[in-house]
Amino acid sequence: MTRPVIHEEETPEAQHPFTEAWGMFRKNKSAVAALGLLALITFGAIFGPYLYPTDPFEMVWMPFSPPGQEGFLLGTDYLGRDLLAMIINGAKVSLMIGLSAAVMTVFIGVTVGALAGFYRGIVEEVLMRITEFFQVLPTLLFSMVLVALFGASLPMITFAIGIVSWTAVARITRSEFLRIRELEYVMASRASGASNLNLMFGVILPNALPPIIVQSALMVGSAILFEAGLSFLGLTDPNVVSWGQIIGSNRQYILDAGYTVTIPGVAIFVTVLAISLVGDGLNDALNPKLRQR
Amino acid sequence: MSPLLEVKNLRIELTTRDGVAPVIDDLSFTLNPGETMSFVGESGCGKSMTALALMGLLPEKVGRVAAGNIIFDGEDLSQASDERLRAIRGNEISMIFQEPMTSLNPVFTIGEQIAEVLRAHQGLSRKAAWAQSIELLNAVRIPNAKSRVSDYPFQMSGGQRQRAMIAMALACQPKILIADEPTTALDVTVQAQIFDLLTDLRKQTGAAIILITHDMGAVAEMAERMIVMYAGRKAELGPVDQIIEHPRHPYTKGLIECVPHIQSDPSLERHDLVEVPGIVPSLREFGKDQCLFASRCAYLTEACLASRPTEKLFANGQSADCWHAEGL
Amino acid sequence: MGILRTILLRVVYAILLLVAVLVLNFSLMHLAPGDVADTISQSMGGADQEILDEIRVSYGLDQPFIVQLGRYIANVAQFDLGYSFFYNQPVTKLILERLPATLLLVIAAQIAALFIGVVLGVISARKPNGLSNYVVTFLALFGYSAPVFWTGILLLITFSLNVHWFPVAGMRDVTIEGGFWVHFIDVARHLFLPAVTLGSIFLALYSRLSRASMMEVLGSDYVRTAKAKGLTSNQVVYKHALKNALSPVITLAGLQFSAVLSGAVLVEAVFSWPGLGTLAFQSIIARDTPTILGILFFSALVVIIGNLLTDLALRLVDPRVGGQK
Repeated sequence: MTRPVIHEEETPEAQHPFTEAWGMFRKNKSAVAALGLLALITFGAIFGPYLYPTDPFEMVWMPFSPPGQEGFLLGTDYLGRDLLAMIINGAKVSLMIGLSAAVMTVFIGVTVGALAGFYRGIVEEVLMRITEFFQVLPTLLFSMVLVALFGASLPMITFAIGIVSWTAVARITRSEFLRIRELEYVMASRASGASNLNLMFGVILPNALPPIIVQSALMVGSAILFEAGLSFLGLTDPNVVSWGQIIGSNRQYILDAGYTVTIPGVAIFVTVLAISLVGDGLNDALNPKLRQR
Repeated sequence: MSPLLEVKNLRIELTTRDGVAPVIDDLSFTLNPGETMSFVGESGCGKSMTALALMGLLPEKVGRVAAGNIIFDGEDLSQASDERLRAIRGNEISMIFQEPMTSLNPVFTIGEQIAEVLRAHQGLSRKAAWAQSIELLNAVRIPNAKSRVSDYPFQMSGGQRQRAMIAMALACQPKILIADEPTTALDVTVQAQIFDLLTDLRKQTGAAIILITHDMGAVAEMAERMIVMYAGRKAELGPVDQIIEHPRHPYTKGLIECVPHIQSDPSLERHDLVEVPGIVPSLREFGKDQCLFASRCAYLTEACLASRPTEKLFANGQSADCWHAEGL
Repeated sequence: MGILRTILLRVVYAILLLVAVLVLNFSLMHLAPGDVADTISQSMGGADQEILDEIRVSYGLDQPFIVQLGRYIANVAQFDLGYSFFYNQPVTKLILERLPATLLLVIAAQIAALFIGVVLGVISARKPNGLSNYVVTFLALFGYSAPVFWTGILLLITFSLNVHWFPVAGMRDVTIEGGFWVHFIDVARHLFLPAVTLGSIFLALYSRLSRASMMEVLGSDYVRTAKAKGLTSNQVVYKHALKNALSPVITLAGLQFSAVLSGAVLVEAVFSWPGLGTLAFQSIIARDTPTILGILFFSALVVIIGNLLTDLALRLVDPRVGGQK
């Protein structure tokens, strides 16, 4: 007797999903600005050393020369090294470790989450217990231990960050898999004889991607923060410069030269902020629930 | 007998993305003490909005009373202060909602939720209010009330929760009880029990009831008078038996024909089960100076699209807002 | 299922987790280059192979892995985490000395972040266009993006070095004399900046979640019921809505214990706070493996206990947890 009220709505023309997502992303002004900023930072990290070829390890002037004086835009640090050169060269390390640790995180997280969500039962039980185990260990402490025991090389640092950070990705992937594996089109593929591997990575994973992509973007940001924390504590390869390490090594001199700490901190802050704003934009673009608002 | 509640030319506006829509447009009716009056109509026709307006609970910043008066016991509620409305809500006018599963707070015991009303309005002590809650649970026929009073909502069935809601609403012996689709979410057998309970409680307490429903069977069983609402406007108003006997609005006619068994004379030949064709117009259409039912109406003429129908009064107390009311 | 049984199960599970941490610890120690014998010989200024072998035999390092592991676990069960040759003290004693300072910092930061976060969240949920919403959005962005040690240094420069409102480092001023309250205020003054720094990360999380959770709850049917009962809007918000909105926030806070401990390592380093983080930092520089692994074990213990407490707190707030659903 009662009928639902149907509000007429114009059906949007079918668009390529990428075009549609980009359209949504573009509406988020701060995300677009952040994406531009991020492109600029990446450009600086790759080409900066050629455009500004000062050696970041060389003593170029008196220590603690304030920014803007003596021809050094950002001043010099406690050893008289050019801070601008250090920031530029540090960008490469920070971004590289951030990115590769995030890739590792996503790889482990998606594998564990997908297996747990797809096979259920004993596989899920075991994998989720392992996940819980990793959640009990304070992440920074655990990776400090790894770096301390096995040496502070860049690959080891990347591994130490990746191995402790994947739990969030695993949980998200698992819950997406649990949800999607029950949907009709998965049932249909299953019925038509698709292999498990094909189901997992060909059918379910592409549909589980949106939240995983958003989380992965955020993982890059936290990996950069993580690396900064480790190198602030001195747990870093002494042969390379990184932003956190600049802060750590100058920290005794904050009374005389606060900028040696402030400037690299701003670099980290702005980079991670840009990544998290882009993450917000991706969330708007990819999360269908939010689209209707 | 002076009416307990008198609603005069009520207009409620809702701000939506497409602009301001009158979800209630020029509605007038009266409710007498102890009377049961039913609001009938499809979803989205303004029944629940009327109820929320009576409670002073229109959605903040979105809905407002734009014109008209709601006179309760000689006092205009549309002008009353928030504080005054709060003193009336749950005390003199109370309400039970459609969704018993979600309308009770999951983290407080049933007893606490009932006792709270008594403490707020009657200044009872904690102990007295608790004892009274047990009495009330007994009155709504929840077995073993003394122990169930400390249960949390999740420990109760839907029917029991709705009983608890009724106990809560009747705690302060209100003069008006508004029941907004009280049984829609429940099983059929439970529905009948809840209606029986409401009927009995009404006899005991003398409360007037505003029953919002689209269950014509329940209307026929419980109410003395009914208002049929369509697209925010009154379509027809009058004694239930008269309207069922002889609906004067095509929409009412359609609604009644949907339910074969309530035709008053079962010996008559049964019509085929008909539905009212079409759908309720969208909010954008509300407020137009024409008959809003026109697009679904079998009796459509030029006049229906030219201007909004005026009220036709009939000698038997029935009234209908239709250009063709006399001819039906 | 009785609550006792539930708690018992949780405790058994917690013990299993701790054993797993020990196995990991021991495997790491085994895998890492160098062993106790090397450490001892280093502290003696070098030793020849014969002495090294002797030390290995006396510490049971010549035994098979599994035997050594069993012995390690048995020792830990008696609160013996080994001996620090760097500090010349048993590791357990070393850690227990530092643990209170870290707990004080961590708990102060968590409670402050939770309290302020929930208050901000509630205020901004009630006024979706108010100033507090910008505060929450700003905090959320800042808290996520700013490296916590940098925040700490900036606060230190501003409030300790420039205006001298707070002490620069440490937990107490040893020159101060007086009764309990004098020392209490002294520690509180030392605690303020580290706790604010550490709390800033989590304040961002909690305020954003409380706002979202509160907004959802305020639109729920039972809040409408509470209004229909004629309760005041404060009763509706702080009694009916808040108790429901708290559950997700408490759950999130419970998941943060390990992150808070991680943050504490950095904050302690900035403020020279004499806790586990500083100890971890120093022992890593000194390559003092038993101490490092002991700290890892104890922090896992703290996280597990934190999770158990969260579970209990959740039961207090929401009767549905642990009941039949």
